[in-house]
Amino acid sequence: MFTEETLRQARKGKERWQKEVDKAIAQKLERQERFSTVSDLEIKRIYTPEDIKDLNFEEDIGYPGFFPFTRGCQPTMYRGREWTFRMFSGLGSAEDTNQRWHLLLKEGETGLSTAFDFPTLMGYDSDSPRAVGECGKCGVAIDTLRDFEILADKIPLDEVTTSMTINPPASILWAMYLVVAEKMGISWDRVGGTIQNDMLKEFIAQKTLMLPPEPSVRLISDTIEFGTRYVPMWNTVSISGYHIREAGSTAVQELAFTLADGIAYVQEVIERKKLGVDSFAPRLSFFFNSHLDFFEEIAKFRAARRMWAKIMRDRFKAKDPRSWWMRFHTQTAGCSLTAQQPYNNIVRTATEALAAVLGGTQSLHSNSLDETLALPSEFAVTIALRTQQILADEIGVTNTIDPLAGSYFVESLTNQMEEEAWEYIHKIDGMGGMLAAIDKGFPQMEIANAAYHYQRQIDEGEKIMVGANKYVVEEEAPTEILRIDERVEQEQIARLKGVKRARDNHRVLQSLSDLRAASKTDKNLMPYILEAVKEYATEQEICDVWRNIFGEYRDPGFY
Amino acid sequence: MGDIISLSAQEEKTNSERKLRVLVAKPGLDGHDRGARVIARAYRDAGFEVVYTGVHQTPEQIVTAALQEDVDLIGLSCLSGAHMTLFKRVVELLKERKAEDIPVIGGGIIPKDDIPELKEAGIREIFLPGTSLASIVDWTRASVRPRDWVEERA
Repeated sequence: MFTEETLRQARKGKERWQKEVDKAIAQKLERQERFSTVSDLEIKRIYTPEDIKDLNFEEDIGYPGFFPFTRGCQPTMYRGREWTFRMFSGLGSAEDTNQRWHLLLKEGETGLSTAFDFPTLMGYDSDSPRAVGECGKCGVAIDTLRDFEILADKIPLDEVTTSMTINPPASILWAMYLVVAEKMGISWDRVGGTIQNDMLKEFIAQKTLMLPPEPSVRLISDTIEFGTRYVPMWNTVSISGYHIREAGSTAVQELAFTLADGIAYVQEVIERKKLGVDSFAPRLSFFFNSHLDFFEEIAKFRAARRMWAKIMRDRFKAKDPRSWWMRFHTQTAGCSLTAQQPYNNIVRTATEALAAVLGGTQSLHSNSLDETLALPSEFAVTIALRTQQILADEIGVTNTIDPLAGSYFVESLTNQMEEEAWEYIHKIDGMGGMLAAIDKGFPQMEIANAAYHYQRQIDEGEKIMVGANKYVVEEEAPTEILRIDERVEQEQIARLKGVKRARDNHRVLQSLSDLRAASKTDKNLMPYILEAVKEYATEQEICDVWRNIFGEYRDPGFY
Repeated sequence: MGDIISLSAQEEKTNSERKLRVLVAKPGLDGHDRGARVIARAYRDAGFEVVYTGVHQTPEQIVTAALQEDVDLIGLSCLSGAHMTLFKRVVELLKERKAEDIPVIGGGIIPKDDIPELKEAGIREIFLPGTSLASIVDWTRASVRPRDWVEERA
């Protein structure tokens, strides 16, 4: 990057500066003995050309839209199109969530994102004994196609893309979406969106669990194959670091484990489905956390794109440049917010969202200020959406692409994130890949250690959370929070009963028995799932078919 | 059965010396287990014996585990909003199984307004986000005594 002369002068200057530093410290110590990121990565006092002297502009930084994509996926980035404002939302009944979606679209949201309640996430119907007390609490309750029809009412599915945070039963909810689109007269090649459908990070971190790893990965490869053939604009998997980070990982662990999960999926689809890597890789998408440490996050996003490009080109020999690019969604860090003085969370979310933008995200969810208390109120979610709109329209950061490139610090940190993440990936390769590593509890224990370390730092006051361990106030102004009416559960169960009475139960049973037979073979299960969904089979009826065949996965409870 | 009085007297001595046994449990379908795992580790580091259930336990499974493992305290964590149903159910089941003297504490995403009702229902203490590990350990040391399991069996 620099001539020998530049480096020589920089070194000379640094020696002069160092003397001044020594004098200053002799008079007064610095505020801390050691300065480190949120992830406890040590940060130096200053970065100079020396720190990035081995960087090669063409190979390591380059241009947006070109290998290695350090600077972004598209050649024009936000000058061409802003990131998608995609607020994760779901609450109560399908009607409640449909209403929230219409509100958000009216306020300028540009993409939908669905939060489901826990029974839906785990493949249980609202009338299951396992679902008691949970219906509609953490997101919207969906039991059958009927609920989905209400959820999507008057939403233009050919104009807006929808992300669905759903994992074990992802194929079922996707089938519902496709059937609803069909009923609206919209063909599958015109619907776009994302299902999260990433089970590996469930075993590692988020813990919405159903089947053991092997059949879980089989279902995922079925959806990838089906999407490749019939729903070309759909992202059939969103390989997620978000939940790994929320579970307490460091930024490097989030980066490394997410990429290792991605490697495992690509491997699986190539081996199981015999598909060429370039046929499906362009639709793989990613999902990251944006935490509080501003530069660490930006460096992580830049390193992630560069690493994935190398993995796809060099490891999997992908030829299509679109297989090399990493497109990702970002959510600001829920775990960084405090229940104390919740209005401060607006500021945290704004800086985290800014890091995601400077890191080149394709879409963004910004958390609401009341996230640690309950599901977002309308008031809180509107401020969160406005936060993104202010970043996009007011502060000038979208005028030029990757404005932090070339910063001694940011480039050096990007390199460091990459190096440390490769170390993890090599270690996981050495264990036989991510499935084997999960079986050993390796990523789980690494995250548990990091989470505990961070909590200890908070307790000791080494890391600061304003309002929680510094600037604490006694009496706090009450915050109005959203509550889900207990009636949602009764009404949802009543609707489910009604659907079961009205449907043709003979045909439901036939579709489930066809699914059962196909599940015991290597056939792609999507056509069978679509049939069952069309007959108004419930989510749990479909999941029970698989639970009976494949058994259930139990959390080993690593801590 | 023999001499129950002397057995319990002897047991009381060993009880006051023995380590506290704590069950950390995740009721319901909620998978957010960061808090539960961090607390489990903090209790272990504080010298307690810890049993962690893993996620997705029914209240029935939790109470059965508490009785089987002879624990002195049950710590519940819930971030899904289902705490009113699930925490109360654990306490009810303890009553049904005549073990209501095992204290139950809880944590997670719990609106402050819910705390009085939870305490009314028999949840001993609720720890909200932002509570330090040390203060939870201190509370436990000050408030929980080793339960006299042997006497009860006798």
